[in-house]
Amino acid sequence: MKPFSFERPNTPAEAAAAAARVDGAKFVAGGTNLLDLMKLQIETPTHLIDVNRLGLDKIEASSDGGLRIGALVRNSDLAADQRVRRDYAVLSRALLAGANGQLRNQSTTAGNLLQRTRCPYFYDTNQPCNKRLPGSGCSALHGFSRQLGIVGTSDACIATHPSDMAVAMRLLDATVQTVNGAGAERRIAIADFHRLPGDTPQIETTLQRGELITAVTLPKPVGGKHIYRKVRDRASFAFALISVAAIVQRDGTGRVALGGVAHKPWRVEAAEAAMPRGAKAVAEQLLAEAMPTEQNAYKRPLVERTLGAVLAEAKG
Amino acid sequence: MKFDTPATTNPIDQLKVIGKPLDRIDGRFKTTGTARYSYERHDVVPNPAYGHVLGAAIAKGRIKSFDLAAAKSAPGVLAIVTADNAGALDKGKNNTAKLLGGPEIEHYHQAIAVVVAESFEQARAAAQLIRVDYQDDGGSFDLRAGMADAKPAKVLGGPADSAVGDFATAFAAAPVQLEQMYSTPDESHAMMEPHATTAVWDGDRLTLWTSNQMIAWGVGEVAKTLKMPKENVRLVSEYIGGGFGSKLFVRTDAILAALGARAAGRPVKLTLQRALVFNNTTHRPATVQRIRIGADKDGKITAIGHESWSGDLPGGKPDGAVSQTRQLYAGANRMTATRLAVLDLPEGNAMRAPGEASGMMALEIAVDEIAEKLAMDPIEFRILNDTQVVPDNAKEASKESQTVGSASKSELPFSQRQLVQCFQTGRDRFGWAKRNPKPGEVRDGRWLVGLGVAAAFRNNQLTKSAARVRLEQDGRIVVETDMTDIGTGSYTIIAQTAAEMMGVPIDKVVVLLGDSAFPVSAGSGGQWGGNNSTAGVYAACIKLREMIAQKLGVNSAEAAFTDGEVRTGARGVALADAARDGALSAEDGIEYGDLDKKYQQSTFGAHFVEVGVDAATAEIRVRRMLAVCAAGRILNPKTARSQVIGAMTMGVGAALMEELVVDKRRGFFVNHDLAGYEVPVHGDIPHQEVVFLDETDPMSSPMKAKGIAELGICGVAAAVANAVYNATGVRVRDYPVTLDKLIDKLPAVG
Repeated sequence: MKPFSFERPNTPAEAAAAAARVDGAKFVAGGTNLLDLMKLQIETPTHLIDVNRLGLDKIEASSDGGLRIGALVRNSDLAADQRVRRDYAVLSRALLAGANGQLRNQSTTAGNLLQRTRCPYFYDTNQPCNKRLPGSGCSALHGFSRQLGIVGTSDACIATHPSDMAVAMRLLDATVQTVNGAGAERRIAIADFHRLPGDTPQIETTLQRGELITAVTLPKPVGGKHIYRKVRDRASFAFALISVAAIVQRDGTGRVALGGVAHKPWRVEAAEAAMPRGAKAVAEQLLAEAMPTEQNAYKRPLVERTLGAVLAEAKG
Repeated sequence: MKFDTPATTNPIDQLKVIGKPLDRIDGRFKTTGTARYSYERHDVVPNPAYGHVLGAAIAKGRIKSFDLAAAKSAPGVLAIVTADNAGALDKGKNNTAKLLGGPEIEHYHQAIAVVVAESFEQARAAAQLIRVDYQDDGGSFDLRAGMADAKPAKVLGGPADSAVGDFATAFAAAPVQLEQMYSTPDESHAMMEPHATTAVWDGDRLTLWTSNQMIAWGVGEVAKTLKMPKENVRLVSEYIGGGFGSKLFVRTDAILAALGARAAGRPVKLTLQRALVFNNTTHRPATVQRIRIGADKDGKITAIGHESWSGDLPGGKPDGAVSQTRQLYAGANRMTATRLAVLDLPEGNAMRAPGEASGMMALEIAVDEIAEKLAMDPIEFRILNDTQVVPDNAKEASKESQTVGSASKSELPFSQRQLVQCFQTGRDRFGWAKRNPKPGEVRDGRWLVGLGVAAAFRNNQLTKSAARVRLEQDGRIVVETDMTDIGTGSYTIIAQTAAEMMGVPIDKVVVLLGDSAFPVSAGSGGQWGGNNSTAGVYAACIKLREMIAQKLGVNSAEAAFTDGEVRTGARGVALADAARDGALSAEDGIEYGDLDKKYQQSTFGAHFVEVGVDAATAEIRVRRMLAVCAAGRILNPKTARSQVIGAMTMGVGAALMEELVVDKRRGFFVNHDLAGYEVPVHGDIPHQEVVFLDETDPMSSPMKAKGIAELGICGVAAAVANAVYNATGVRVRDYPVTLDKLIDKLPAVG
């Protein structure tokens, strides 16, 4: 860990201004991912801005019938919220499928969106990794890739986004609200929030320098059956090999998003149009552009079969 | 005390304390945070500096140059030790690679420097400032590629090759044949407490509080490595947060803490960072195994052959995966072969049931497969092929021949062998009769359900062990031995032994372990700790009883030690009276004759597993487990059960998830943390039942006990794999059995 300076501002705008001002500054909230990465010198911020006391920890009804989730709402609290459990059950289920109780107590809504990948080469500073050290190469592409991405990948990076929560947020068409160093607010559709790796896998979101997430909002509930199915080798405390988030209406229409297959939560409009035709058709659309490695080719049939189970459960 | 004739009735047989399911006496300390682990010896070392290890970034090659300037001038840094300034170092005889590498690098994350600083964070930050220029020489990292050039290698306790009868002819003639290849991956011990040491020099005398299973070995290895007299080395290991073989030998933490403390002129404490444990320390080596079994139409084995390939660094050792096949099943014509390839991966070495654990993973699938070919129940097949004598006694033959052993003419009987009874007991208890022998037929909601079974087998090893037992003036009994408790329950069973022998309640016994100032014990490893260390305490207690009897003027042969008294006839004297003029102390140990040469001493069991396989995703979840064990006298059913369920859990890990993934280009284990190297969590482990068959083994020791801790893992993984086959009809022969190996072969999702 490199030495760093630390401050604890009082308002979101002050926090954003500080981040814009100081090169190498980072926000810290729960710290469940950032501190680990700092100890390994994968993250080397020069300045930490503690956002825990900015009052962004409330869940409130929004004027359009949706829900406004403060950036600092802890994962445990979000998963347990009555409104979330009733109207956005897929979000609650996704949250509870992730990490463990202790980590969920500490992790925040915004922090969860900003998790770094769990690619093992990203975690080993002796190995080339374009995400950690741009231009050094991707060790995973021809290395250990069983866990990694199959769609939307590039020659520069096949990492996945590890979050379960983000998959549900994508399914629910959430919006990320921010404030920047100049005090300007912005709303980013979750679809546009995470980036594909392309040639710059080190840039993972569309946040600008100094931009602070203040809230994540959900539009009004869409009803239907909410399912989150996470597939993993061990029963708990493991990242998804793949996951399927779905909202299915009685007529068989609905939405579907995947986790564990791409650099971002993966959702394809054409796939949703195919939902009444069944899992095979949906999977074909979702993974039309898939370029799996030999080690993670199993994810293609796994997605289709899991979709099949999810759609059957929805009919249930 | 020499133990060279079978045990007869002795005070242990009273079973007033021994054999009772007592809580572990150290449990309270562990649950209240007062058990003192090696990194936490603030009580004896109040102001240590901190060491941080830098591991090599390449697998094989040389350090061309170090740039230490930035690290040396970093805040708080007291010293940096590398091979350049460490002074002359030797290598422990149990270490294959050097514990401080450089300029030559032998494996990835081999330690090449230790930074000592005022705080842990400063040491870590400074270590990250060291720049190293390497010459990367590449290397051999692929076991399968190395198989062709693999050389015969002797297995612990036997020759590289063994042969009985004419395997080739008998196999070729067998009407029913099974020939298959199996593989097991590299596995990590992944114990909770990483290797850790606190080192203090006093002049030329060194004390190491270190997490180590084998204190006396450790003293010798530290002295050899540091080129100092053994008398000047003291090792203390009061509590150990898991070892599983990873701490049998002295590792980097101990040597670099000592070197760092010497260089800094300060006590130093050092723990391996988790990410270093997997490549810096030892692991269970991967194997490729070929098994051939020929049987007649009635199911009798006529030919059995087991070959195993593993790899290790130059000068290293093979995995002994074939060893149980020499002893487990009958069959007139047999062969085993062990081959070792040179690999430049980190050092392979002992991990819980080394050899048997990986060998049984393959053998017990093979047995399931041939039973199916014979259309026999796999339990019936095993019962039919039971033997009461060792069918391939290659250990003896190896004296005459270094390579090919042939079984001795004289038959070597087992001292006890209740394998058949284990299966019969488990079959009834587990409801085996309900198993559908046709795979893929049983469904419970979304789950495909299957049952699997496998034998458990692990040898019992006798090794001398000593202790000192003292009667204090207040009537307490104090036991001192360098035996370790690696979570196994040593403290408790040793206290039970002393309490039984001296006729006092267990709370009057104080047990002090893990200090090289104490008499040398068997130590913890190879499931030999329990029987041998308590037998050593038994011997010391016999001696103390004689001293007490003499002091009280009674005939020791007639004296009964019971209820805190020494009784002869109607007369009773308080035990403490014998110490009224001062404590009485006796030191003795157990030494063995040749009962283990006249009788093969082994432990047996049967594992039963029910799994569910998700019909859509192929996720595998264990639903029920049962182990039936026959392992001599069970000294404490509660701690013994803990050992077995822990081993069953480890077996589930081996079956379903544990694999150190080799990067064959760069030569290292990629998943080197506990997020990437998955071991079972609570959600993976259902109710586990353990049954111990009534057994005493008079050949093993006066305790009539045998090992149990490693028996529990042997066969578990195969029982899981066999259950997965029964559930799905998909046979996976390459561990771990994961969903990607099943997914394409399951029926369509309907």
